[in-house]
Amino acid sequence: MWRWLHPYAKSEATFALNQKLLPWFLIPGLVLTIVGVIWGLAYAPPDYQQGESYRIIFVHVPSAIWSMGFYVSMAIAGLIALVWQIRTAELALLAIAPVGAVLTFISLFTGAVWGQPMWGTWWVWDARLTSQLILLFLYLGVMALYVAFEDERAGGKAASILALVGVINIPIIHYSVYWWNTLHQQSTITKVITRFESPSIAPEMLWPLLVNIFAMMALAGALVIMRLNNELLRREVHRPWAQAILNQEKKENQNAV
Amino acid sequence: MVATRTVFLQLVKRDVRVALRQRSELLNPLIFLLIVVSLFPLGVGPGPDILARIAPGVIWVSALLSAMLGLDRLFRDDFRDGALEQMMLLPVSMEISVLAKIAVHWLLTALPVLLIAPLLALLLNLPTHAWGVLWLTLLFGTPVLSAAGAIGVALTVSLNKGGALLSLLLLPLLIPLLIFATAAVEAAVSGLSAAGPLALIGAFMVLSLTLAPFAVKAGLRVSVN
Repeated sequence: MWRWLHPYAKSEATFALNQKLLPWFLIPGLVLTIVGVIWGLAYAPPDYQQGESYRIIFVHVPSAIWSMGFYVSMAIAGLIALVWQIRTAELALLAIAPVGAVLTFISLFTGAVWGQPMWGTWWVWDARLTSQLILLFLYLGVMALYVAFEDERAGGKAASILALVGVINIPIIHYSVYWWNTLHQQSTITKVITRFESPSIAPEMLWPLLVNIFAMMALAGALVIMRLNNELLRREVHRPWAQAILNQEKKENQNAV
Repeated sequence: MVATRTVFLQLVKRDVRVALRQRSELLNPLIFLLIVVSLFPLGVGPGPDILARIAPGVIWVSALLSAMLGLDRLFRDDFRDGALEQMMLLPVSMEISVLAKIAVHWLLTALPVLLIAPLLALLLNLPTHAWGVLWLTLLFGTPVLSAAGAIGVALTVSLNKGGALLSLLLLPLLIPLLIFATAAVEAAVSGLSAAGPLALIGAFMVLSLTLAPFAVKAGLRVSVN
């Protein structure tokens, strides 16, 4: 059943797959980001209660959703690395971690900026905010643990274990707004999937938000792919396949000049 | 074939004996706990109302920190002198030995805390009707500290400067426990039922004691190599 996974233990196979996937993430990511941001910031109607300042939702919600989504994908990479001993999955985990940490930071930062006019405070110790902060610490812990090991393989494995242990926090973050009735509002979109309820947002706002969510996913995914490919080339710079790719790039650059 | 229970009991006995030979190290976390708790009345002022309000949080944060202090002893010495490798070669599954280690850590760091918890509650002017709940949160919560702590130590034991990293790894995982524990005590202080948070802490305990040994084993495999 998992046989399709094994070819990607070879670095060059993963690299080739990534090269094929990259345009499918990068181009929609860029296009949808431009469309989504302009649609959301300029054309979506203002909120009847929050006025114009609600527009920060078009950055806040996508980054918050994917801060959790990328954590889960990081943990899945960790699981694959541990169970099937696939080294490229370890590298994928390390490629995802900083991107996920930045997404978490963006969601916290935009949340603070949004909270200031709406709640009258930059920060409250509300369940959602606190658990999102924990998520940031988890990302930082995974990265710090990897760096602390001198042996890269041991560091990758240790980081995989920690990423898996941290997964218990994901449901806590998602359901925190239901379990504790605190200041942060309940989710408007993901409850379609997790609670089978219809989204509590006007369609004129929902569509640009959905565009932005997919744009954020594609763009951050493209970043992960590029990071992973860089890391693969860096690790295997002495191997023939990496040499061939690097030489080809060099030649193309010279031709361009 | 060696009986699993014999190995478990032997390991516990050995570790307790090793710890009892270094009395000072045994007492240090306890004294640390007392000092940290007594710092708060000096820091925030001795008003009994304020102290009673912050008491659950202070006691729990101090218990958390003193457990972290004792964690270093969990695997480090055994890692240095090779006893850990012998432990991995034992003819029982390693989860059992890990569980013995966790049990010893709990006996040495958490049991004293449980014993002096009433004293701490007294010092911080916690209403007497909340003492029972405070004690129960500590009883259910401290095994989580030992079990989750073992995961962190297993991952960092081979590193030279693991101390600060250990707290970065562990404290985020333990924050939910802290939140529920203080919520339970605060509910008890204001005369409400603390059953909900207490049940959740109990669930944390069961979950961490059953699942942590597997993560610890994987972590030790990485560290020992």
